[in-house]
Amino acid sequence: MDADRIGRTLTRIAHEIVERNKGVEDLALVGVRTRGVHIARRIGQSLKEITGHDIATGALDITLYRDDLMRQAVGPQPLVRMTEIPFSIDNRKILLVDDVLYTGRTTRAALDALIDFGRPKAIQLIVLVDRGHRELPIKADYVGKNLPTAADESVQVRLQESDGVDEVVLEQAVDPSKPGGAR
Amino acid sequence: MSGLRRKDLLGISELTPDEITLILDTAQAMKEIGSRTVKKVPALRGKTVVNLFFEPSTRTRTSFEIAEKRLSADTLNVAIATSSVVKGETLADTAMNLEAMNPDMIVLRHSSSGACHLLSRICRSAIINAGDGLHEHPTQALLDAYTIRERKGRLSGLKVAIIGDLLHSRVLRSNIHLLTKMGADVWVCGPPTLIPANIRDFGVRATSVIDEAVRDADVVMLLRIQLERMEGAYFPSLREYYNVFGMTEARLKSARPDVTIMHPGPMNRGVEISSEVADGPYSVILDQVSNGVAVRMAVLYLLAGSGGQEGAEHEEAA
Repeated sequence: MDADRIGRTLTRIAHEIVERNKGVEDLALVGVRTRGVHIARRIGQSLKEITGHDIATGALDITLYRDDLMRQAVGPQPLVRMTEIPFSIDNRKILLVDDVLYTGRTTRAALDALIDFGRPKAIQLIVLVDRGHRELPIKADYVGKNLPTAADESVQVRLQESDGVDEVVLEQAVDPSKPGGAR
Repeated sequence: MSGLRRKDLLGISELTPDEITLILDTAQAMKEIGSRTVKKVPALRGKTVVNLFFEPSTRTRTSFEIAEKRLSADTLNVAIATSSVVKGETLADTAMNLEAMNPDMIVLRHSSSGACHLLSRICRSAIINAGDGLHEHPTQALLDAYTIRERKGRLSGLKVAIIGDLLHSRVLRSNIHLLTKMGADVWVCGPPTLIPANIRDFGVRATSVIDEAVRDADVVMLLRIQLERMEGAYFPSLREYYNVFGMTEARLKSARPDVTIMHPGPMNRGVEISSEVADGPYSVILDQVSNGVAVRMAVLYLLAGSGGQEGAEHEEAA
């Protein structure tokens, strides 16, 4: 996917959000660090252009909720970054945003983390790419692109905000046996 | 910089600037957890942490305990008054007996310098130094640095004046290591009898003229006069000390207008600091306490996984 395609995809998702929720009342976006946050901001921008409303947007770091934390015998801890959800999620519909849906484990961690912030009315999942290979019963509500992959491939999402370029590419993983590499 | 590759936190002297920055950055993320309604994350679920305190402590012990609980660790406080130490058991034996119950981390405070190094050699558990004798108190220095960084946005280039009982202060030693590593201009000040002989070897400037230390200071840190550790007469009287070295509003006038006032606690009001300064607008003394929890969460988290060995990187690829 190139920059144009990503832009069109996110605009389409924004329209789907408005259609499905019959407006943007009670909606808030929460992006999963790092790239989910950038995507959430872009969708928020599109939603504003479509509806004229500002949508509250937060950032969630799921590191402390990972199910593989402390399970590797050796190695330094993954970096923990800021979680910033400057609004109440109680009784709101939360649009959870991530770049790639793969095993579903990140999403599981994000759901647990969100519930610690309150009791949302509903949580809907938005992903730019669904690459398959689910290990948990998790399904996205809005998918930018379904991308069938092999287990030894890796999907790289690069965004202007963090990587200086907008693209989604399929790469051969350097070391498919590397633990913690693919989520 | 991808992690803390060490088993223990024994002192600041062994840390690199990158490691210090990693701990402070992680603490920033940890601080947010304390503002949630559910102040708990599952990161250290199933880990056991023993708080072994051989010296009295309110702040440090409760701070560690809250940090451990916010990370979901199981915590255990060993109170020395009710322990076998009063029956004559040695530190090493106490530690080995605790270790036989398979904890993951031991937070140790002890009156002997080097007690944590001793345990680090004989224990498989991660050892966190919560203050050993006159040696180091690393988490205090880290929370001080965090508080300074929160206020000033940086550490390097700041003039930090540390005033008080320099001789008996492990907080001073840890702070000197940390602040000089991070590029701050550190001044220490106190009565000549309380200035350690070799203090200048640590890259700081020492003076007994308080106005020299305070002039244009960005940060003024007061240290408690530790009467319980003083066997001789280091100065004539507490009142005399206050008259010469006590931090008053008048004395602060020569510091920078945005000066930050710090004290690691417990404070002796009217000895090293006046109440007006302690409770005044420049004081961050209670912020230091709040930040202590976040910094200790960061240290516990970063040490919990590593085991000090080389290992796999955790890349965020999908």
